Amino acid sequence: MQTIIENLQKHFQVVSYHQQRENLGFLIASKEVAVGLITHLRDYEGFAHLVLLTAVDWIEDEHFQLTYLLHHPEKKVDLGVRVMISRENAEMYSIHHLWEQARTYQRELREMFGINFPGSPNVDKPFILEGWEDIPPYRRDFDTKKYSEETYFPRPGRETHDPAEYMKKKLYPNE
Amino acid sequence: MGKEYIEKRTVISPEGNPIEIDPLKDYFCDARPKSCKSASGIIEKFANWARSESLWVLGFGTGCGAIEMRPLMTPRFDAYRFGIQWRPTPRQASVFVISGYLSVKTLKRVVRSYEQMQNPKFVVALGSCTINGGMYWDSYNTINRLDHYMPVDVYIAGCMPRPEALLAGFDKLKHIIREGRAEGANKYADNFDWYKGNQKKIIKDWDMPDYNW
Repeated sequence: MQTIIENLQKHFQVVSYHQQRENLGFLIASKEVAVGLITHLRDYEGFAHLVLLTAVDWIEDEHFQLTYLLHHPEKKVDLGVRVMISRENAEMYSIHHLWEQARTYQRELREMFGINFPGSPNVDKPFILEGWEDIPPYRRDFDTKKYSEETYFPRPGRETHDPAEYMKKKLYPNE
Repeated sequence: MGKEYIEKRTVISPEGNPIEIDPLKDYFCDARPKSCKSASGIIEKFANWARSESLWVLGFGTGCGAIEMRPLMTPRFDAYRFGIQWRPTPRQASVFVISGYLSVKTLKRVVRSYEQMQNPKFVVALGSCTINGGMYWDSYNTINRLDHYMPVDVYIAGCMPRPEALLAGFDKLKHIIREGRAEGANKYADNFDWYKGNQKKIIKDWDMPDYNW
């Protein structure tokens, strides 16, 4: 894994690299460099498999964090490329020309987070939600419990039992 | 979103003449569902016995409970000895087993299939998601109570219920049918506006006729 990072240092400026496990590491890239970096990793370094493309909503820091997880089939290592995007006008360059499966991931992110990938085919088509009019539901400022209580008629008389409290009462009833 | 398939348009018939079609009116029935009175006495008892002994289930696995219907086709929990078999189309089925949670997308298709079934029809609701939302009670996409959208005859609690519980539920449904209390289709016809209002509140892009018969 270290050799891969050393190879990368020749072409890119590696500023932040975090090694989580011996076969998993994360790089943080800026939006402009990311697609070039991923193409370089795929073509020269041999990361031929895009495992997933997900997003995390950091509402306190006001940005989305996209993670492109790439897998190296021969060396069996994973490398994640993290890209930070702003929360208003969330847009990112599309990588559907590198991998076909990126189209589905980008379509899902467009629907669930509102991150647009201009140029990706069928990115506007609804994926899971039909007739959705509210804000994208995976954002942290969407209150899903409130939405569920208002739209879908909840049955009254529902109780929730905290498992820890219940087991404590059951096993140690005297305390 | 392209909804051209339900709009009024002019097409060329096979003979070559242009004709005007309006799909929502031409291909579907315009009338509302009607409730029908059952016969009485020994004929109805015989009819109810016959209906309870041949419950043909629609083969539409709506949710995670579809996996609990598969053991019923195996020799261990044989459902065919009770007269329960799975049919491919709604027109041939009399029981609709709603197996588990229903997302908004599935609810639209379920309503369409349910309305295409012929009377008398029964609904068996599997799992706790149909009762009060279950595990997905605070989800933005799943419904919480099934009986606000279609009349339910038997609820089978569990997450997911075991095949034995399913067979016990079918047994309960048989008792209900034999006593003459399985009036789901009539209930749907009588409270059609309420059910339809609830469905339309949730299914925002309604591109079907109001009653899919």
